[in-house]
Amino acid sequence: MTSGRVFAIVLAAVSTVALALPGTVRAADFSGKTIEWIIPFKEGGGSDTWARFYAPLLSQALPGKPTVVVRNVPGGGSTKGANLFQSRAKPDGLTILGTSGSTQFPYLLDDKKVKYEYKDWRVVLASPTGGVFYVNPDLGIKSAKDLLKLKGKPLVYGSQGATSLDLVPLLALDLLGLDVKAVHGMKGRGEGRLAFERGETNVDYQTSSAYLKAVVPMVKAGKAVPIMSWGALDDDGKIVRDPTFPDLPSFREAFEMATGKAPSGDGYNAWKAFFASGFAAQKMVYLPKGTSDDILKTYQDAFRATFKTQAFKEKADKLLGKYEQAVGKGAESLNREAITVDPKAKAWVQDWLATKHNVKF
Amino acid sequence: MTEAILSALLTVLTPIHFAYMLGGVSLGIVIGILPGLGGIAGLSLLLPFLYGMDTASALAMLIGLVAVIPTSDTFTSVLMGIPGSSASQATVLDGFPLAKQGQAARALGAAFTASLFGGLFGALILTVFVVIARPVILLFGSAELFMLGMLGLSMVGVLAGNSLAKGLASAALGLTLGCIGAAPATGEYRMSLDIDYLTDGIPLVVVGLAIFAVPEIIDLLRQGRAISEKAVLGRGWMQGIKDTWIHRWIVVRCAGIGTIVGFLPGLGGSVVDWIAYGHIVQTTKDRENFGKGDIRGVLAPESANNAKEGGALIPTLLFGIPGSGGMAVFLGGMVLLGIEAGPGMVEENLDLTYVIIWSLALANVFGAGICLFIAKPIARLTVIPYALLAPFMIMVICFAAFQATRDFGDLFALLAIGLLGVYMRRFGWPRPAFLIGFVLAPTVETYLYQAVQFYEWSFLLRPGVIVIALFTAVSVYFGAKHQPHAKGTLDLRLIAPRVLWPQAAFAGLMALTGIYALWDASRQSFLGAVFPAGVAVVTVAAALLVLWPLVAGHVHNPANHDNEVTGDHLNQPDAKGLLHYLWWLVGLVAGCYVVGFVIAISAFFVLFLRAVAGTTWFKAAMLTAAAVGFMVALAHTMTLDFPAGMLQDRFDLPWPIR
Repeated sequence: MTSGRVFAIVLAAVSTVALALPGTVRAADFSGKTIEWIIPFKEGGGSDTWARFYAPLLSQALPGKPTVVVRNVPGGGSTKGANLFQSRAKPDGLTILGTSGSTQFPYLLDDKKVKYEYKDWRVVLASPTGGVFYVNPDLGIKSAKDLLKLKGKPLVYGSQGATSLDLVPLLALDLLGLDVKAVHGMKGRGEGRLAFERGETNVDYQTSSAYLKAVVPMVKAGKAVPIMSWGALDDDGKIVRDPTFPDLPSFREAFEMATGKAPSGDGYNAWKAFFASGFAAQKMVYLPKGTSDDILKTYQDAFRATFKTQAFKEKADKLLGKYEQAVGKGAESLNREAITVDPKAKAWVQDWLATKHNVKF
Repeated sequence: MTEAILSALLTVLTPIHFAYMLGGVSLGIVIGILPGLGGIAGLSLLLPFLYGMDTASALAMLIGLVAVIPTSDTFTSVLMGIPGSSASQATVLDGFPLAKQGQAARALGAAFTASLFGGLFGALILTVFVVIARPVILLFGSAELFMLGMLGLSMVGVLAGNSLAKGLASAALGLTLGCIGAAPATGEYRMSLDIDYLTDGIPLVVVGLAIFAVPEIIDLLRQGRAISEKAVLGRGWMQGIKDTWIHRWIVVRCAGIGTIVGFLPGLGGSVVDWIAYGHIVQTTKDRENFGKGDIRGVLAPESANNAKEGGALIPTLLFGIPGSGGMAVFLGGMVLLGIEAGPGMVEENLDLTYVIIWSLALANVFGAGICLFIAKPIARLTVIPYALLAPFMIMVICFAAFQATRDFGDLFALLAIGLLGVYMRRFGWPRPAFLIGFVLAPTVETYLYQAVQFYEWSFLLRPGVIVIALFTAVSVYFGAKHQPHAKGTLDLRLIAPRVLWPQAAFAGLMALTGIYALWDASRQSFLGAVFPAGVAVVTVAAALLVLWPLVAGHVHNPANHDNEVTGDHLNQPDAKGLLHYLWWLVGLVAGCYVVGFVIAISAFFVLFLRAVAGTTWFKAAMLTAAAVGFMVALAHTMTLDFPAGMLQDRFDLPWPIR
């Protein structure tokens, strides 16, 4: 049989099935297909590793076991890959996007480079993480209660840039009324941590997994004092203690312990939005605009199935932290928190960035 | 420690482990040969297979790949003048002239032996050093890293060639170009012309290809011969091994330099070859032949860039801070395997650390062995008429440049900087100095700013800074002492160019570039502007120094150089104009812009082979099919993209012409 004839038969079979089942809700089938997972970051970073961890599991869990390839499209602080997804991806379930806080922040801040619209997309998965703030023991504080004792002391923080995820710690310190000198140009949180270890900086934060493997030994050796975590979001969008660090107060609690009153106002609202976007819902998976409910459900089921695999259970704790991977309602609520910021809070944070950190909008 | 070393050695020598390591090595050699892909593409290719593998074998495979890439990337650097990766750019300087003299096999033999030694040396240092490395790394803060950047820049003095003013101007121009994009201190965009592509800066891979490969391709085409001037290649590679032995102390010193540069996080692997090369030129008395095919110019960068991988493992393993793109993916691989980089690697995981180190050593032995074995047949490429080889070279550099950021801007940048490279070559502006400036711009600016923020100007009094500064001063002194300066070199030239206006126009244009950079800086905040403004002032001043004697008509000034009057193409009566072949490249890029890469390169191939190489239509079609087929297969395996054109924007076409 020639390949042409095979093709004709297959075509006939497919169209018969398609005609027989018009519009019925059925799971998509991806047999023989290749699914492109766009990661708007370089190979080797956190988001890349996260996607490459999920990719083979997802490939097994999707109907028809398609090949899932991770395609790195770095550039423009991750806006380039997201723009590409917005303009090129078709709603056939064959292209998905993985974002990170660095993709969300420029969107929230109305960066000129952003030509994508989160509200168009359909969220499948949200992977939360957390962060822990710690200080040099020479500053003489033991816990969040003493935070205000840092007033007037020269605080130095190694930052990747004021509009990066470092916005969250910088803003937190500012809300506490502490003056901190942000030294930018760090090429990653690892370099920031190294500067802390050298004593060049005296306050720092790390995301959960980096904190556990690199800072906890320093804490044990008496070279770092953990003060607070950023916290985590519960189902109602309220900030609670980070499940990975139950002994540390969240920023919200820490603020109360230090100042005696609960944080509020535009500044705090801004902090909360950027915290949600940068940590509580840091990494998310999206399907493009116009994707059908069937395909969305297929993906939701597939991700849920990956959580039950042996490989996931073995590695997830180390790779993703002790955070519940959210799919469905949970993902939608985290997504909402991550991509919305109250207009007044936005104006406040833009003004803050412009006056304190020379950021041009 | 001894116990861990022994148990690691046993693990490494088990057959299964050995097989995986060899697998990684083989893949690394294939990937390393293709320029621009480097370790990142190869490691990404391996990552999906890590599932279910036992940890030690998986690590061996990954490290096997990482270890041999700086070995095999030498092939294109030496044979084609195309830097195989950013860590072997300096190899081109002397390796390619050797190939042109018909000594490709010798150069490769020397390069691989030096690589082997460098790799082993790196692994050896790592074995001892890994246990005590943490405090040493912590000694190198922003201030010390800044000073090391200055040490690198001081190499410009010896790489400047005849005219120090041109060397300074080239380096300053490189620094200026390196300032394009987001400022490290403030994040504001400099000289970006509101083009999104430029906000990330121009990738080093593209600059390296454009500044070295494009001018060489054009020059060889004009000369209308094969790369090698002799049709018969000498016995070669045994001689290369002997060269390594004769110059063994150079190899040792440069391996040491490579290890140190590799192990300092933040300096980045791409300066290592330049520092080693500059060091050798500085410390050698008879240096007339550097840049014209001195075997020592091959040995130095090659021993250093392999030793670097051993050094770079230290910050990766101990701090989780990758020193290079390849190491970043290696770190990602470790995470996927469930191994956490950090202090634990020398405490509870010491045996695993030694597995990595010993795999690195073994991979170097096998990688260099395989490369030596295939060196001789591959060196025969240099006797093929260049017109037949050129379309392959052009395809490869376009594809490699595009992999830098997978943006069409990569191709435009290749073209624009290629044009700059062509004229720098013509007028004798030293391209190595330009590249050193470009590579070091972000390092020097970032660490200067950070050091001033952390310590104010008293950072200059830190002991580490003073030691490095003294070291720099000493090496500059020795470099200057042996400099064969202006007086001797000029009169050798029988025909000094008399028509000076083209050179003057170029120097003037470079001064204008500096003035543009100054104007751009005037619109930035102080912290974003101070560094580019400083280098722009140097650019303008040095360019004017070059310009002055030309305008004044001083024919015998060392600044006077015009390859159009003295170049090798003059032996060829019907040589095409300087820009003739650049137009072919322009045509190709324009074609890509309209119909996408695969269609454009196919058409380019057929037309070029027919028009320039004069093959039959049939032969042209066959060669095209083979070359494009290979490229498509490669892209498919590695899930790489081709540049898409307007056609692809408009219509939804099937892969690979999508």
